[in-house]
Amino acid sequence: MPAKTRSKSPKLPSPSFSLTHHTLANGLRVVVAPDRSAPVVGVAVLYDVGFRSEPEGRTGFAHLFEHLMFQGSATLEKLEHFRYVQSSGGTFNGSTHFDYTNYFEALPSNALERGLFLEADRMRSPRITAENLANQLEVVKNEIRVNVMNRPYGGFPWIYLPSVLFDTFANSHNGYGGFEDLESATVEDAADFFDVYYAPSNAVLAVVGDLDVEETLGLVEKHFGTIRKRPKPKRPSFAEPALKAERRAQHHDPHAPLPAVAIGYRIPDPVTKLDKHLANLLLAEVLSDGDASRLQRRLVQRDHLVVDVSAYLGEFGDPFDERNPSTLTITAHYPDADTLEAILGAIDEELSRIAEDGLLPGELDRVRTRLVSVLLRELDAVISRTLEFAKFELIFGRAELIAELPSLLALVTEDEVRAAAAALRPDRRAVLELVTGGESE
Amino acid sequence: MSNVPALTKPRVAKKLATEERTLRNGLKVIAIRKPGVPLVELRLRLPALSTKANRPAQVSLLADSMLTGAGRLDRAGLAAAIQGLGGDLSVGADADRILIGGNVLATEFGGLLELLARVLTGATYADGEVETERDRLVENLAIARSRASVIASEALAHRMWGDHPYALDLPTPERVATTTATQVRKLHEDVVKPTGATLVLVGDLAPAKMIDLVATAFRRWQGTSVRGRVPGLPAPAPGLPLLVVDRPGSVQSSVRLARPAIPRSNPKSPALQLANLAFGGYFSSRWTENIREDKGYTYGPHSRLDHHQLGSMLVLDAEVATEVTAPALLETFYELGRIAALPVTAEELESVRQYAIGTLALSTATQAGLASTLSMLSAFGLGLDWIAEHPKRLQALSVEDVSAAAADFFGPAGFTGVVVGDADSIVSPLRSLAQVELAAG
Repeated sequence: MPAKTRSKSPKLPSPSFSLTHHTLANGLRVVVAPDRSAPVVGVAVLYDVGFRSEPEGRTGFAHLFEHLMFQGSATLEKLEHFRYVQSSGGTFNGSTHFDYTNYFEALPSNALERGLFLEADRMRSPRITAENLANQLEVVKNEIRVNVMNRPYGGFPWIYLPSVLFDTFANSHNGYGGFEDLESATVEDAADFFDVYYAPSNAVLAVVGDLDVEETLGLVEKHFGTIRKRPKPKRPSFAEPALKAERRAQHHDPHAPLPAVAIGYRIPDPVTKLDKHLANLLLAEVLSDGDASRLQRRLVQRDHLVVDVSAYLGEFGDPFDERNPSTLTITAHYPDADTLEAILGAIDEELSRIAEDGLLPGELDRVRTRLVSVLLRELDAVISRTLEFAKFELIFGRAELIAELPSLLALVTEDEVRAAAAALRPDRRAVLELVTGGESE
Repeated sequence: MSNVPALTKPRVAKKLATEERTLRNGLKVIAIRKPGVPLVELRLRLPALSTKANRPAQVSLLADSMLTGAGRLDRAGLAAAIQGLGGDLSVGADADRILIGGNVLATEFGGLLELLARVLTGATYADGEVETERDRLVENLAIARSRASVIASEALAHRMWGDHPYALDLPTPERVATTTATQVRKLHEDVVKPTGATLVLVGDLAPAKMIDLVATAFRRWQGTSVRGRVPGLPAPAPGLPLLVVDRPGSVQSSVRLARPAIPRSNPKSPALQLANLAFGGYFSSRWTENIREDKGYTYGPHSRLDHHQLGSMLVLDAEVATEVTAPALLETFYELGRIAALPVTAEELESVRQYAIGTLALSTATQAGLASTLSMLSAFGLGLDWIAEHPKRLQALSVEDVSAAAADFFGPAGFTGVVVGDADSIVSPLRSLAQVELAAG
């Protein structure tokens, strides 16, 4: 019973969204998208500041500050933000990234105005006190302990690879922060950080779900319109040129039982060279998505060198999360520490095969079809869609780009994927080897 | 509360088109049309509970090897065919069941079913592929057991359930190493059968059409799974000392407290659900507000109700800084005693009630979320009605109901406790609070 050979791959579905844009007088950019299929709404605010904007001596500050944004605001006491969201039947969170910081709520649609109020109240003025700072310093240290220090492979490679791959403090420092830096943060630092980076003109608000557009824009104006206008901080270029020689480093992990490796490459600007970025994205899928991928077949199934292997764009595995610089990373866990050179050699061989021999018939189409399916699936939850609209508006300047990705991916040619593979040369990579045992530096 | 906007009138969720049918081969199929994105989610649940000592190793290896070839498709051929449909299949297993999960472009749903049928009726389990997966499983088990949280849950399960199958969370490497491809093929013959299994489908297709496609694709899949007798869960021994498992160098201690609870079908279950939220089941809970937001001892404590085929458990977990292990346990005992001995407030009840209703709606508002929830409920004979009617059950609860459930289940003496951490640092302080037993190294 052989598989029916398909003469052509499935038609790629393109999502369609009704997006309304508006900018308030204070500079806050607003994206509203109705979807009345379920009585839920998403509210997300993204501020254009992440780890890369932290000053020297203040590693981890952007994330510590994110915690402080939950500690009370213009009219709310500590704990009230959480209680208002949850007693409305909703959920909340925030997260700090290399280039931005997000805050969001998923709510029943009858809590829409309450959600907007809560975000506006802390955009107006968070309640930052020495007591709250001391408390959240301990919480953040415990977050780092649970996610990094007490966990095998904790923070690997996102905390450690940038220090090998990049040169500037902005790009290479530990985004979670060192304890010494975190402990020296002051209430004044927080007030300054808020004043510069949390201006409405430096933020995007997205509201998505069971809502009426005009009514929502009215509520946005009511709650956010009176927030004082402040200048939008100038974002410096963080770009770094491609490496000219290979770099190597080791990271010691006291809890890890197996060695691991992370190989990083600087890749073209995701925003201004989107076509190249999408070629890199498809290349990463060709390399490691599923049992038919090049590196799974070679390293896991044929050579039995590694337990797992993964290739991805963006430090956190989200290809659209960063401006320039961004990274293509290949990671693997492997049982025998002496096989690192064999693993690197096999990866180079597979990249050369793609660059020189091209792809197999149907290979690009099936990978592309799956990728579109994955992108669609991630948009099903209203809160995910809200965060994606806000992120694409902030990073790419166009929330609409999400809906265009399937047709843009369809334009990527085999030659472009081959060229992407050819660019991943050994002399352009940073190799970080995780060594088991010993103290973490 | 003055300036915080009130909630508006809640909107009622649309009723979804649904159909349930038991096919001639005995497979129960539940299909729901849920527009959103043009995809279909599937969850196939195959009961596999057994007391056989080799079962955990065999079922784990079966799950890892099931997709390594079927009929004339080899491993890469099968993966490429699934990927070309924009699809994905994955297999997982625990003590209760094997679960095959998947998703696919709605237009290609029939194609994915044909491939899944080949796996169900003709998974190859070639010797070489099973050996590859066996070696990987041994390494992955080593990685899992290097995590403090896994060590803690294994120690807790063993402490509570002794020799019962539920005492073993993961297979031992020794059992895995001696498991053969022949044994895995035999296990597939025994348990991968339609009678007794449940398939849940949620996506953007008409329910009857989805079920018709299943009936056609799965027509050659026949049989009833072989099931042995499994004894009920024993009652954990009362009054055991707190078990400390040494993990030298840990900067945090993993605290676990657990006790038997009641299944969802028990009339007192909704009250226990709300009591658990109020104690430590959401961010605005007493436990979180105390040991995180007031004391900063932890990034996040959680308490939850785990429902398994043979019984339910109330489980508390927290990763706390090593130097505050004893104070964190003291506050935990205090909060347990407080909620058991004193009534919850009306405000607390309203908050957890709305949170429970709202998050049930949010978690079932996506295709994937609804499919996973329904598949999980199906194991207990519950379905879409349970989701639809649960808010009414929660609405009916009084302060007295929830306080009574708290009194029945949260008294500190009823819990079995385990702490994984740096024994040299924590045993002595813990001895001032509780009877402590140090686990044999």
